[in-house]
This record gives sequence, structure tokens and C-alpha cells, in this order.
Amino acid sequence: MRPFAYVKPADVTAAVRAVATEPRAKFLGGGTNLVDLMREGIERPDTVVDVTGLPLDTVEELPGGGLRIGALVRNSALAADPRVLARYPLLSQALLAGASAQLRNMATVGGNLLQRTRCPYFYDAAAACNKREPGAGCDALEGFNRGSAILGVSESCIATHPSDMSVALAALDAVVEARSVRGTRRIPLTDFHRLPGDNPEIETELALDELITAVELPAAPVAARSRYRKVRDRASYAFALVSVAAALEVRDGAVTEVRLALGGVAPKPWRAREAERILLGGPATEAEFRRAAEAELAPATVRPANAFKVNLARATIVATLRELTTGGEDG
Amino acid sequence: MTTKYAETAPATTGTKYVGRPIDRLDGLAKTTGEARFAAEHQYPGLAHAALVHATIARGRVTAVDTAAARAVTGVIEVLTHENAPPMKPAPKFSVLDLSSLASGTSVNYLATDEVHWNGQPMAVVVAETPEAARHAASLVRLTYEERPAVVDFAAEEPNAVQQRSNPVMPSAADKGDARAALAAAPVSVDLRFSTPPHHHNAIEPHATTAVWDGDELTLHEGTQNIPWLRKHLSQRFGVPERNIRVLSPFVGGGFGGKGSVWAGTLLAVLAARATGRAVRLALTRESVYHTVGGRTPSTQRVALGADAEGNLTALIHTSVSRTSRIGGMPEQITSGSRHLYAAQNVHLRQNLVQLDLLANTAMRAPGESIGTFALESAVDELAWELGLDPIELRMRNEPERDPLHGKQFAHRMLREAYALGADRFGWRERDPRPGVMRDGRWLVGMGVATAYHPSWRMPASVTLRLGADGGVVVRCGLHEMGMGAATAQAQIAADAMGVPMEAVRVEYGDSDLPPGPGAGGSAQTASAAAGVLAAAEKLKKSLLAMARRQPDSPLRGRRLEEVEARDGGLFHGGRGQTYAEILAGAGRDHVEAAVKSGMLSFMARTLSERRRYVKAATGAQFCEVRVDPDTGEVRVSRWVGVFDVGTVINEKTANSQLRGGIVMGIGMALSEETLVDQRTGRIMNPSLAEYHVPVHADIPRIDVHYLDEPDPTMPLGLIGVGEVSITGAAAAVANAVRHATGKRVVDLPITLDKVL
Amino acid sequence: MTEIRMKVNGSVESLDVEPWVSLLDALRERLGLTGPKKGCDQGACGACTVLADGMRINACLALAVQYDGREITTIEGVAHPLQEAFVRHDGFQCGYCTSGQICSAIGMLAEHAAGMPSVVTGPGDRELSETEVRERMSGNLCRCGAYNGIVDAIMDVAGKDAG
Repeated sequence: MRPFAYVKPADVTAAVRAVATEPRAKFLGGGTNLVDLMREGIERPDTVVDVTGLPLDTVEELPGGGLRIGALVRNSALAADPRVLARYPLLSQALLAGASAQLRNMATVGGNLLQRTRCPYFYDAAAACNKREPGAGCDALEGFNRGSAILGVSESCIATHPSDMSVALAALDAVVEARSVRGTRRIPLTDFHRLPGDNPEIETELALDELITAVELPAAPVAARSRYRKVRDRASYAFALVSVAAALEVRDGAVTEVRLALGGVAPKPWRAREAERILLGGPATEAEFRRAAEAELAPATVRPANAFKVNLARATIVATLRELTTGGEDG
Repeated sequence: MTTKYAETAPATTGTKYVGRPIDRLDGLAKTTGEARFAAEHQYPGLAHAALVHATIARGRVTAVDTAAARAVTGVIEVLTHENAPPMKPAPKFSVLDLSSLASGTSVNYLATDEVHWNGQPMAVVVAETPEAARHAASLVRLTYEERPAVVDFAAEEPNAVQQRSNPVMPSAADKGDARAALAAAPVSVDLRFSTPPHHHNAIEPHATTAVWDGDELTLHEGTQNIPWLRKHLSQRFGVPERNIRVLSPFVGGGFGGKGSVWAGTLLAVLAARATGRAVRLALTRESVYHTVGGRTPSTQRVALGADAEGNLTALIHTSVSRTSRIGGMPEQITSGSRHLYAAQNVHLRQNLVQLDLLANTAMRAPGESIGTFALESAVDELAWELGLDPIELRMRNEPERDPLHGKQFAHRMLREAYALGADRFGWRERDPRPGVMRDGRWLVGMGVATAYHPSWRMPASVTLRLGADGGVVVRCGLHEMGMGAATAQAQIAADAMGVPMEAVRVEYGDSDLPPGPGAGGSAQTASAAAGVLAAAEKLKKSLLAMARRQPDSPLRGRRLEEVEARDGGLFHGGRGQTYAEILAGAGRDHVEAAVKSGMLSFMARTLSERRRYVKAATGAQFCEVRVDPDTGEVRVSRWVGVFDVGTVINEKTANSQLRGGIVMGIGMALSEETLVDQRTGRIMNPSLAEYHVPVHADIPRIDVHYLDEPDPTMPLGLIGVGEVSITGAAAAVANAVRHATGKRVVDLPITLDKVL
Repeated sequence: MTEIRMKVNGSVESLDVEPWVSLLDALRERLGLTGPKKGCDQGACGACTVLADGMRINACLALAVQYDGREITTIEGVAHPLQEAFVRHDGFQCGYCTSGQICSAIGMLAEHAAGMPSVVTGPGDRELSETEVRERMSGNLCRCGAYNGIVDAIMDVAGKDAG
């Protein structure tokens, strides 16, 4: 690991000040992604600002039934929070589907939002990767891309965003709160992550000197009946090939409210707005679920090795929505 | 069953310990953290090393820039081909010296600027801390002149040539005219299979701690073959073998990956010599992938022809695997097809390509593990074609003698294995139609496959020492990488000497001990057992001779055959003497017996035995899967394995080994694949995050059963259990998936995209 | 160099570390506690699992400086019925993943007792089933494939705790 200066500020003000004058500084949370990337030589900060001592580790009620989640709440603590389990079960399921128990005990909410891709060419310094080294090219285009994205990709990058939690948050209209010396900003989660375009190295709207301080979840009664379904290459402890975060309300056979987001298929947590549009007000039938899924996936750009993700995503969307309408016989 | 073949003790001995599920002797050390592995030994001034890997597949290093690396605080030395002290070249292979097989590759590291594979170590950094070494290694800049490289197995596969044969590993066989028989067969299948490269992924990454004292070397290393390692180092560093001490009491998993000598070991020793420091080189997981070979990929064709009753008329099995221009081991992929079915016409060929990649090496059941995937999948498919139960098809073709040459089976109980397995598994509950069994929404499938692995024995030297207190010390350089080697030999020695197990101590994992058998080919337990039994016999003979010279001994005039070793002594009927009494009477404080096994006589005997018998462990694998009808996800939900492995020495540790093979087989079936970029020859998933070995959640309860009939040609009737259970495992999964979904997946791993 | 103080296996240890030294390397190389193993150094195998204030974590992805003032338990500081149960049920072979498996299992039992759900927990599920144990222990790889024995050992001890 490249040597760096280590500072551990006592409050948020000091934390954002510590990076304001240090363009090559990084905030360190649980370390589960950043420490790995630093050891691999992919992240090379001069200064590491350890924020784990900051008082941002509580979950608080918001007026109207929403929750404000401190950026340093551990993934495991959030997954077990009774309010999350009752109001946003898909979020708890998404967190518990991610990584391992040890990593969930370390990883923070803020860090999870900033996870970087698992694309093998990003991880190997000998490979060409526009995300790691702008302008270098992309070895994944003609290389191993079975796990790569099919939506929102560009010719410069087809990497997926690996976070499960963020997919659930995208479905829940979460808002990210960020602080810098310039003040506090609120960024909707669905706008927080960026598509690669010509600049895959820029992954979020966050400025270099901004610290994520909280994530706010607005009240969403529909989410009480929700599900996160993750499909992967082993039964546990693997990144998603496809994941679906869904919440559904059906009255008299018609969809009255729906939230749908996808993971494993795009460079960012993918809110499936086209599918939602088709589903809303229509009959809650498998045929409609399929039609909505197909519409969402119609713009997919596939390569031979990841073309299966279109069928898999469609099947998983349909299965998840079906499960939410039939009362969870799939378990 | 009586013994037809020498090696077992003629003196009557009890079996108080052999066969019992005894807790492993090193259990406490491993559950308290006391066990120290190769990277866990401290020395004064210990320095740490890290490797710099080539990033091209083939060419030459034209410039090395180590300035930035040398500037890192704590860096002691950066060794490259420009400044490294010379090492002697790797020895050429010789049948007269099997230790010549120890060379992982033929490359003389740091003595050449040539790059032979993407990932070859081109420099070593030695530093005061592991962090500094690793960071500095990332700063070494290499400039290359690239040459065209052949790295794409799939593209090169059509150019394969037939493997060279040798007496224990033939690469071809023909009986009758299999092609004509296939064409004429009323029912046939003709399938092409592929299996990807695999890596051992022992959880302990390879690590070496090397300490020179003048011309004497002490080495801490997890190895599967201490004598080969020692001899190889002696040849490479030009010091006598006696100057090298190898300590390897705990090996954190091997599976074949620690059988040869790879770059890390050599470069740690070299770095220690160059710097005059004790050096530890603990490879990163990525460095293991780049410097230690894995399992070859393969393509295979299996074509079967049968008459309407399912009698095989044609069996064709051809394979292509790969080695490397700088070494590697051809695999006996068609080995199972030689011995499992009574086909009237047979055609077998093993072909090979050579690539510019790191040499491949043995990985758990090399050849048979991937060969049985193809063969046993094809047999299952033939059963579908015939509308016949797949077990019934196998039973109709179960040979009485070896199908190719009519040799006798030393041991063969596949009929019994299938009968017991079908009963325990509930095979009768299986609806033979595909895609109709369900559990809720899950599709359920059941599959079977045959397991087959040849049984081997290697030479082993053993010394048994009996002390005045009646304690027995077994001294043998055994390799303990999880098999419970010492525990099994303690059980055998306790029974052979008639002493309580607590009175037996086994010394192992040290080159100062009599050389043990290598831990490979499932051969260690049987090989060492032969030595322990022979040494016990010798020891008892000496003790009886001592007793007979004692005037009051009740053993006077007795011959060894009349004497029973029990209760810590020798007895005839109700009368006898304890060992302590015999030694006291003879005025001795101990007595020792040594058994040495020479390689040449051993090989001669092995070959003559192979002329008479086909020797193997076999088994019947039963697998149940659940397949998600929406996503194609496959979960193994139940497993029963019945194994014919002769006498089981320790049911507890044998169960674990057999289950372990099945677990690795499930990984091979469903998720394991090393991704080698076809453009660059670079391994793109050199990590446990992206190379998917099975996790807890992937593995159901695995029921293991034995037939427990001794093999009359093996010491104590035991057959090794290390590898047989991975064979057939992937086919059993594939066959269960076929039953659940109607889909035959011929390309491993069976990921959901192939099932969806 | 940063001076940190940790309570490790009951005794207070004070050491100077560079900020880039992992908790795992600090334990293994500075304190001689080689029970926690380095299997991947990237959070992908669980062999380095230790307990930080009773909570299981991967020491390889933790920087030692972040654990200043914390209480760390490694296998060397563990005296738990699981250890005997692992031996009796043969919950290991080579032994390299074992320290991590045992520390992880201790943390897992505590999490379960505290009501932490897993991804396979259904609404209202309280029982620690084998399926639960397998999911919750999936962060600890065992390449020897001793998973059955590990689950048996854990179920054995968990059953005794419950009874």
C-alpha cells in the first residue's frame, strides 16, 4: 500500500476541513472496499481521513414516517433495525444479501454508496481500463464481460455498480446528504451515481471534498410489502448477476403503486421507471409484469457473454413481482 | 478376507483402533491457533519478500527500473536478472529419479530476461516489512520486447497432438473397431464437452521462510513432498541434501498445488542467500495464481453406441488438454473409460497442446476428475436415449474383468456401491421423466455417476522406536495437509504393537525424519502403513529375540507367528511380557526398527503388480439438485456417496476427506473457473472473490458410506481416499440437472446462463 | 508511526504502527498472534476473522490505527465449547481456516441471539436452523470442504446453549 497520512477528525466540520485543502484525500469508513483498492494500488490517496469516529451512526425518525440514516451506520446494524425491517424490508434484504456477515459488520452506509466496480479489468493494473486510467481503453469490451452491464453503458465502460443496498435505496427514492466546507447538499439517490459516458472515472455527483453524512428515506407505505431478490453464481457471498428491488401495491387486481430497481445490469443502481410506468394502473398479471420488464430491457446493449442478463433480468423481475402478488410462496 | 499379497503383519494383532472414528491428534493445535504454518516462524532480522510479475505473455525484458522501489523506506534489495546470484537450471526429467518431477517449470528464475508467461516473476523485492516489500514491488518498472504468444486454448485445440505414453499412464487404447461399431449401433450418443482451468485455492497461500547459515539452509514450507523439495533445492543451490532442513508439520491445504517446487520457494531461498537475511516470502493470493500452476482445461468427445438392451458396443473417448512450453503435466483424462465399462469396441486418445502459459500441474484427481465428468455425463445421456434407468445401464455394462486387457480387478464392488447408494438415497422415489419432480416452485432432479480413481503406493521409510516406558514413536516424514495422516498411522502402529494409542507418538513433516511418501495420488496412507507394519514386525522380532534370551521369559522358544502383540507386550496364550519388562530384562532403554524403501525396487514391484491387477478406488455418487425455474439457479440439495475404498482406518477423517472431494466436485460442477484472457494469457480472476469456490450455503448434508471390504492387494486392505470422491461428482450434478430440466449441460461450470 | 493501544485477548497492548498496517498484520507480525490467518488479504475468505468488541470482522481489511482503543479477541484468546466441538465433529482438515471459522461462529451465535436476521430468515423465524448457520457462516471459506462438520459442531454447541 502506498504510504499516506492518516487523520482522524473529531467532528464533521473538522473532517470536511481536512479534505478541503487536500485534493488527494479520501474518507475512510469501514475500509472494506477502500483498503482493498489501496492495497491493489488502484486507490492512491495522500491523506486518509478516518471518519469512523464521527457521530453519524444513528438511525432517526423523520416526520411523516421516514428515516434518516447516519452515513456511518454499519450495514448489519441497519439491516437489523426494527424500523427498517417493518417499513423497508427490501432494504434489509438487500443489505443482508451483500458480502458476508463480517464485512457487513464493518461496512458503512456511506461507504456502500461509493463501492467501486468489480470488473476484472478495473482490478488488474496490467489491463486497459478507462475508469482506472482515463483514455487507456477498455479491455472488458472484448474480454471477460459475462458480469458486465447491459443498460446505461458506453463504449468507454461497461462496468456494473456492485452495491446491493444502493439498488434498494434507488427504489425507495432515498436522498443523499453531503457536507463540505461550502455547506450541505441533498442529492436524490437516483441522481447520485452517474452513467459512464466518456468519463467513467467520474462515478458520482459527489465532489472530491464532500462527505456523505446521511441518507434519508421518505415514508413509503408501499415498501412494507417489498422484496429484494439477488441472483448470483453461488448461494451466498457473491456479487449479483442480476438483482431486483421491488415494492408493489395491488388493489382489485390493479397495480396502484410500484417501485422497481435493478442491480447487476447497469453502471449505477437502475431505477426501472419505464417498467413502473407500464405497470402503474394496469392489471397485476404475469403477462403485464413480463411486458413491463421487456420494455425496460429493450434498450439493452449486450455482448455474447452477457446477453443472458436480458432474459435473466426479465425472469427475475417477473418472479419477484409475482411473489409480491401471490404472498411469497417462493420464500 | 485373507491376505493374498505380502505386507500385512503375520503376527496376530488386534484391531482396537483401526476402523474407529478417532478424533484427529492435531485437533487442539488447530482449534486454539497454536499450529504454526510456514509463514508463522520468527527469526532475528527476518526480512520480507514480494514478487514482481510480468504483464506480457512472451518476450524479453529490455529494461528494468528499480529506482522508485529502492527509494521506499525499508527496502533492502531488489533482485532482477541483472543482479541476482545464479541458480542452477532445473533438472531434466528422468524416470530413474522421480524427484525430477518436482520442477514446477523449467524456467531459471532471475537468471534470464525471457518472459514465458503472463505473470512470471521477474523481480523480487526484499524489505524490512511485508508492507514495504509489496509496495516497492508495485513500483518496479519493466520494459519489454514482446513476441507472439500462443495462449488461447480454444483456438489452439484443433492443433493438438497425441500425448506421449508411459507404462503407468498410457495415452491411447484401441479394442476392435469402435468407429464402425458406433456407426452401426442402433442407439448412440456423441457429445462434446469442455472443462475450464481450475485452481487449487488452498486457503493457505504458498509461503516460504528461508534461513541460510553458511551453506546450511532451514526452510519452513507447506509441501506435499519433502524429499522432492529438498533434493530439488540441493540441485538448484548446489549444496548437499544433508545441508537442507525442510520443516513442514502443517500444510494449509494442498490438493496438488504444493506438490511441485514453484517460483516462490526458489526465490525466497535465493533472496535469503543474496541478502544474508532470513527471508519470508508469503505469496499474495494473486501471486499464487501467477506462479503456481492449476488444472488444465479440456475439451472431450465421448461417443457411445449400444444395442437395444443397452449393452455397449462402442466407447470412444478423446480428449485435448494443455501443458506449457516450460513444463506441465499431461493428464490421464480417459483413465476411467479404460476400466469402467464392458464395451465391445473401444477407442481412446489423449491429445495435447502446448501454450505460452504457466505450466499446469496436478490438482485433485488429475485426469479422472474431468474425464469422469464427460464419460459419466455421456453414459447418463445414453440411458435417456435408451429409456433405461442410468443405474441399470451401468450394471448391464459392469465388467467382470478389466475390459481392455482382461486383467483381474484387485477389488471391484460397484454393484454393491450402487445398491447401497440407491437404498440410502431413495432412488426409487425418482420419477424417471425429466422436469416433473417439484418442491414448491423448485424443479427437482436426481442424478448418479460412477467415481473412479486408481490406487497407488509410493515408497516410504519408517522408523519405529520403543522406549523403556513402553511408548512407541513412529518416525516418518509424512505430510499433514488435513488428511489426518499422523492420526491414521498412530492407529495402525498402536494396533500393530498392541499398545494404547496414547502410547504412540508420530513424528512427521520434517526432512530429518526417514523420508515419507509424497502426499499425492491418494497414496500416502497406504504407503506409510506398509512401512509402519513392516517396521512393527521387525521391532517385534527384535523384542521377541530379546525375550527369548531371558531365562525366565514365558516367551522362550516361541516363534513370532505364535505371539500376539497386545496390552503393551508380547503374549502367547495368557502368558507373556510387557515391552518394558523385555527391555528391562535385556538392559536396554529402547529398541528401534527401521524400514527403508528404495525407489528402483519399488518401481519394479509396482510395474509387475500392475501387469496382474487393475487397482482402484471406486464409488457411486448420488446427487439431488433444485433448479429455480425462473432463473436457472442450481442448488445441490442432497448427496449420498458410497465408496469402495477397502479398509477404512478412521471413519471420521476418511469421511471428511471424501466429503471434501465432493465439495470440490460441486464447485467444479457449478461455479469454479479460472478466467484466462485469450488475448493476453493473463488470469483475470486471481482472487477468492471472483473465483467461486463453494461456500457454506452451497453445500448440503453429504452422506458418505463405505463398503468396508479390504482390498487384498493393499496394506491392511486400505485404498486411499483423497481423490476418488471428486471423480464423478460433476457428472452427478450435471445428470441431476438433466433430470430436473431436460437440459444436458456439457460445458462446465453449470452456471445459470447455461440452464436458463 | 502512530501509537495505538488495544486490549487484545484481555491484555492491553501498546504499539507503534504505520497507518497502512492492517489489523491482521499488526496481530500476526507485531504481537505474534498468528492464529488469525491470511488467506486472501482482501475480505474474500474469512480466515482472518477476529472479534472486535465482540463483533466479528475481517482483520485484513481493517487498518490497525482504526482500532485504537478497541478490544480485540483472536483465537488465542478464545476458550469456548466450539473448539472441542470442532474436534469432535471433525470441523476442519488442514486447519488453516479454523481460527476464522471458530471466531466467526462465536460472533454469529451472538448475532443470532441478539436478533440479527439473515437473508434466509423468514418473518418470525427465531430458530437457528442448519440453513441459517450455512448462510451466516458463508463468509468463511473452507477449501478442504469440512462444511458438514463445522455446521454439526455449531449446531451441537448452539443446541446446548439453547437447552
